[in-house]
Amino acid sequence: MKGAVAPILVNGMLALAGAVTVFPLLWMVSVSLMQPGEASAFPPPFLPTRPTLANYRELFTHAGIGRYLANSVLLSLSVTAVSLLFNVAAGYAFAKLKFRGRERIFRLMLGALVIPSQVAMVPLFLLLKTLGLVNSYGGVIVPAMAGIFGIFLVRQYALSIPDELLEAARIDGASEPTIFASIVVPLLVPIIVTLAVFTLLGTWNDFMWPLIVLSDSHLYTLPVALASLSREHVQDNELMMAGSVLTTLPVLVVFLVLQRYYMQGLMVGSVKG
Amino acid sequence: MRFHRTAWWFVAPAILVISVFFILPVLAGFAMSLTDFDIYALADPANLRFVGLKNYLRLMETPLFWQAFGNTLYFVVVGVPLSIGASLGAALLLNSPLARFKSLFRTALFAPVVTTLVAVAVIWRYLFNTRYGFLNYALGGLGISPVDWLGYPRWAMPAIILFAVWKNFGYNMIILLAGLQAIPGELYEAARIDGASRWRQFRFVTLPMLAPVMLMVSILTIAGYFQLFAEPYVMTQGGPLQSTVSVLYFMYEEGFKWWNLGSASSVAFLLFIVIFAVTAFELRRAPRWGAT
Repeated sequence: MKGAVAPILVNGMLALAGAVTVFPLLWMVSVSLMQPGEASAFPPPFLPTRPTLANYRELFTHAGIGRYLANSVLLSLSVTAVSLLFNVAAGYAFAKLKFRGRERIFRLMLGALVIPSQVAMVPLFLLLKTLGLVNSYGGVIVPAMAGIFGIFLVRQYALSIPDELLEAARIDGASEPTIFASIVVPLLVPIIVTLAVFTLLGTWNDFMWPLIVLSDSHLYTLPVALASLSREHVQDNELMMAGSVLTTLPVLVVFLVLQRYYMQGLMVGSVKG
Repeated sequence: MRFHRTAWWFVAPAILVISVFFILPVLAGFAMSLTDFDIYALADPANLRFVGLKNYLRLMETPLFWQAFGNTLYFVVVGVPLSIGASLGAALLLNSPLARFKSLFRTALFAPVVTTLVAVAVIWRYLFNTRYGFLNYALGGLGISPVDWLGYPRWAMPAIILFAVWKNFGYNMIILLAGLQAIPGELYEAARIDGASRWRQFRFVTLPMLAPVMLMVSILTIAGYFQLFAEPYVMTQGGPLQSTVSVLYFMYEEGFKWWNLGSASSVAFLLFIVIFAVTAFELRRAPRWGAT
């Protein structure tokens, strides 16, 4: 058993698991380049006989996917920008600034982490309807402007900032906003990038809430549009795969580029309490 | 103790957003679940009446609610152990000193986690296709006749579970891998000196040392799996014969298709209570589990 067999066994199983995991994603790309109807055959073809971009062209010219892509980009970027500002400021304050009720509020928020967001969805919908935000970009952006998880992530990281550094700046007469902008933010860059990637991917991939709050099709994000397209085009596998590529490739690229930061957030985020 | 006067400016925006758009709706949700809020009340709040626990009682008599609850339970009870098992297996392989190209495999195995659920559900719908799906093609090679994965009530939920395991196992794999790496090497050393076999090392060193991480992973995964929604929405639309209607799918239809918002709120609250109870139960029996 020992010696030659064990390494082959371990690496063989790893290779098999990796292949099985990645296979659907690779096949998605392959099918998206096939001629319409080509994938609806038995046995299922693995590679396109004559690769074509026709499915992508069809999505942009007839299915209006450019609009959905723009919506997704716009919403993900705005949610990320605003929520970063709010969460980083709050996370820093919970770690390093003293204020009345700090510990109590923080404990309450941690407790609220166990409440699934869907519990809030029905009343949130009515609230946003009253504010005139249903069926607008605001309906997605406004409720996502701050989040407990983000604040928690930043706080855990900010705890390591030495108090002496901040005190020295205060003695030098620096105001709190100046200290935040010129000392704290540069020190928090790694966790800010981590939170940015989390928020960006989370907003891009979110499905249930945009589905509820955006009813006009010209406001749809890519996942909502793709779900609705896939109900119309049940048989058009090549077209749907092209839509899946456009939806999922941007997040995969962001992940691959910023993987280190993403994994770091996963560890901090999961070792809570 | 000195207080920072400006501190409130830092926390106020975030706390305001969270209070108004999360805490307030959660509390309002409970209040709404005690009313008959429906499409008429949506048009004119004067039509709103307090009905006490009537929504909850009516749900108890609604067969589709129980079916949705049963389907969700099936998804959790079968899906969570499979998911965590796959995560643990992958983490053990990646943690093995014999493994090569670790970071490449780690990335590959993690990739499905970051993909867009709706997009990959569309892929899997194609893989599950009865006539030209890859799964039936592969099973055909083993001499198994085609299965109507998403069209036959008995197979639709297993198909969704298979998809969910593929999509999610990478997440817990990373957390368990970190847990494995945190186990001191001396423990294995001591076990080896005592003549413990590989299996006994796994059973009496790895598993007990991993117990706290396992507990956290299982709590998070169970809570997440109870929130099943997008998978059936895209792959089966709750069918066939409502075999994949989940609690959240039921809530979505009740609230945003039929506009029975009071009733939908009570569904959401029941789900929350179930998740909360399961979490509390797991935490309570945790110390015993850790001691084995």
